[in-house]
Amino acid sequence: MSEPILALKGVTKSFGPIEVLHGVDFALRPGEVHALIGENGAGKSTTMKILAGYLSQTRGEIILDGKPIEFTGSDQVEDLGIIMIHQEFNLAEHLSVDQNVFLGRELKRGWRLDHRAMRTRTAELMSRLESRADPATPVSEISVPEKQMVEIAKALSRQARVLIMDEPTAVLTERETEVLFRQVERLRDEGVAILYTSHKLGEVKRIADRVTVLRDGIMVRSDLIDDVTEDDMATAMVGRELSDLYPPKSDRGAEPILEVSNVSVRGVVENASLTLHRGEVLGIGGLVGSGRTELAEAIAGLRPRTGTVMLKGQPLAAGQVAQAMKAGLVYLTEDRKGAGLLLEKSLRENLTLPLLKDFGRPLIDRKREEAALDRAIEDFAIKVPARNMAVGDLSGGNQQKLLLAKTLLSDPDVVIIDEPTRGIDIGTKQQVYNLIADLAAGGRSIIVISSEMPELIGLASRVVVMHAGRVAGELAGDAVTENGIVRLAMGMEQSGKENAA
Amino acid sequence: MSAESISNTGAARARKVDLRVIGPLVALVVLILIGVMLNPNFLSYSNVTNVLARSAFIGIIAIGMTFVITAGGLDLSVGSMAAFVAGLMIMAMNWLSVSMGDSVVVILLGIVLALGAGLAAGFINGILITRAGIEAFILTLGTMGIYRSLITWLADGGTLSLGSGLSSLYSPVYYGGILGLSWPIIVFALLAILGEIVMRHTAFGRHCAAIGSNEKVARYSSVHVQRVKLATYVLLGLSVGIAVVMYVPRLGSASATTGLLWELEAIAAVIIGGTLLKGGFGRVWGTVVGVLILSLISNLLNLTDFVSPYLNGAIQGVVIILAVVLQRNSGPAR
Repeated sequence: MSEPILALKGVTKSFGPIEVLHGVDFALRPGEVHALIGENGAGKSTTMKILAGYLSQTRGEIILDGKPIEFTGSDQVEDLGIIMIHQEFNLAEHLSVDQNVFLGRELKRGWRLDHRAMRTRTAELMSRLESRADPATPVSEISVPEKQMVEIAKALSRQARVLIMDEPTAVLTERETEVLFRQVERLRDEGVAILYTSHKLGEVKRIADRVTVLRDGIMVRSDLIDDVTEDDMATAMVGRELSDLYPPKSDRGAEPILEVSNVSVRGVVENASLTLHRGEVLGIGGLVGSGRTELAEAIAGLRPRTGTVMLKGQPLAAGQVAQAMKAGLVYLTEDRKGAGLLLEKSLRENLTLPLLKDFGRPLIDRKREEAALDRAIEDFAIKVPARNMAVGDLSGGNQQKLLLAKTLLSDPDVVIIDEPTRGIDIGTKQQVYNLIADLAAGGRSIIVISSEMPELIGLASRVVVMHAGRVAGELAGDAVTENGIVRLAMGMEQSGKENAA
Repeated sequence: MSAESISNTGAARARKVDLRVIGPLVALVVLILIGVMLNPNFLSYSNVTNVLARSAFIGIIAIGMTFVITAGGLDLSVGSMAAFVAGLMIMAMNWLSVSMGDSVVVILLGIVLALGAGLAAGFINGILITRAGIEAFILTLGTMGIYRSLITWLADGGTLSLGSGLSSLYSPVYYGGILGLSWPIIVFALLAILGEIVMRHTAFGRHCAAIGSNEKVARYSSVHVQRVKLATYVLLGLSVGIAVVMYVPRLGSASATTGLLWELEAIAAVIIGGTLLKGGFGRVWGTVVGVLILSLISNLLNLTDFVSPYLNGAIQGVVIILAVVLQRNSGPAR
């Protein structure tokens, strides 16, 4: 086994009086993909940030090429060939793809920028990543998975020796994930040391050579990937046996509650129809960009649309969010930070925002708001270190629980949940799944949109699959399989129960 | 996480004194202390009421501006809007007095017209920003020029004056009052209290902050984003109308220089008071403190020969910059 390029030895990190990492040993070797896994708040991000020079350790040593080194900042660390790809993109939205890839290290001819060389190099990198994004397009106009690819292209262009990837696949579909994995394998074969984090254990098993599990700031175990199973990893992360991840499905009623017919959104959704029954969990599958989110937003009144949406027999007007909520239909966004929560505001202000009028008119009744927050914290098991803290300082899982509480505050009959578990740990995932099952058992009807096949299969009794803006087909009962969903999502067959006209 | 920290919000709110919260108040107190040391007349009844009455116009406008800025908007047109509305009001009252004489009815009609014109001007700004989607800065830069040029044109480059009969009938609205307080001060105080309550305790105030904080989140939370934004501009227009109603009886005239730079003074007062220029957080009491700080500075310079009053603008400029620097998030940048 080769010597590590970069290693941590007995590293601890404290924020104020609170120690969040307790003596972590961790090594990245050339030509090896090392997965670092753990629940939210286990210390993964802190470890990565120390390795990438964004944070300095409180005690312990960082060792580069066998010698202890003192990092002075992320710039110096990048110059050493250690590149970190952040989960939240660090892209300048108004600059084009190639300008972003070469940001800070522009290619020059004399004193002038060499636009052509940068554009050509970017096009090469992007085609290697099988992305169709044009290097000249502003980043603000490309999709989220493409942005991820731009981040990766940026790292590839920098001749990395060590590549640190913070949940790179969280926003990618399975196909895009495969493309990414091919690049990761290529880099590994070139001798790059790779640190990889993900909440998807199947992926870890697939791509990693070695896996280290963190729990509450302690390194619980570190093994070659062949020596552990997914179950072992999950158990080590959570610290207890995880029983079946998905709760039992409840029987749906026969009574249709939501009837969507021939809904179109210009350019993204064409003549989509579906029916949701009382007490049912309906899944919507498909690739990112297939129009799933846009369809859901159109139904909820967040986008202009044509076609009809009938809720409990009454038509819903297009483009009227507040009216849809009043009628009993709400949508939980996939974009938690951009469209779901006010990150610099308190929990209370976030929770009551959609329904302020019910908390006293004309003056808001602070006591009732606080009581509602008490209930939400208890019902959704939100962990709040300090009640007045900004929502942005909560962990991802707790943010998601708060967003659920906020969305469900109006006591809706129909809930559309887009990516219910994006970027949250496995323990919280299970809580969210149980909550969805409880809602359905209580007579509410749920639509779950997800890129994670097991999630659709585990939760939904019926799955509608979208492809290129159309409903490609519908699967029910035992026909709900990964294979079936993938075939429809890739547009490989137009059979199934064809719902679209 | 302790049970105590969860249950005891009162204690959490009264946590350590935050300079960013009370900074403007501290500055005001320091300014008053300096004033008392330099000139014993500083806190005299006549000086205090004089300062308050003069700051009332900017103050009333700044209260409306607080809502616009909190909701992520901006309005540069309020100064010339005030001049234009004042000009309209004077012309209308002069015209009415020809047929109706110098009566109270004429003045009441003039007041109604001023409030209506302010409301309409605010509505035009708001509707163009929310429906036509024009950047607030650009649009109000445009309407600022339009109103300024209209008042210059109406006054034919000179001054529009209220007839002397009307003028003396109307002047108690600025110079009169009850309990030793003049009307502008009373109106300013009432509007400030009302504004603070609306900002802090109503759905409208909360919605303004949510929109300024993240418009998309507000929209996804079924807030009527465009309606609320429009309302902030309409309210600001109305507050300009109220300010004009208090201002016209003072001099009984309007000219091309009426209300010059009021918009910048109002915006400065809002920012000094701790409202975020990019929106998302606003407080009306802070704006009131900001208005008082700005007018006390110029008053101090006039009362003392310590520093030339010509340097008024420079000192105000330093205060504005200091206020923003002090209020910046002092935490590490991510």
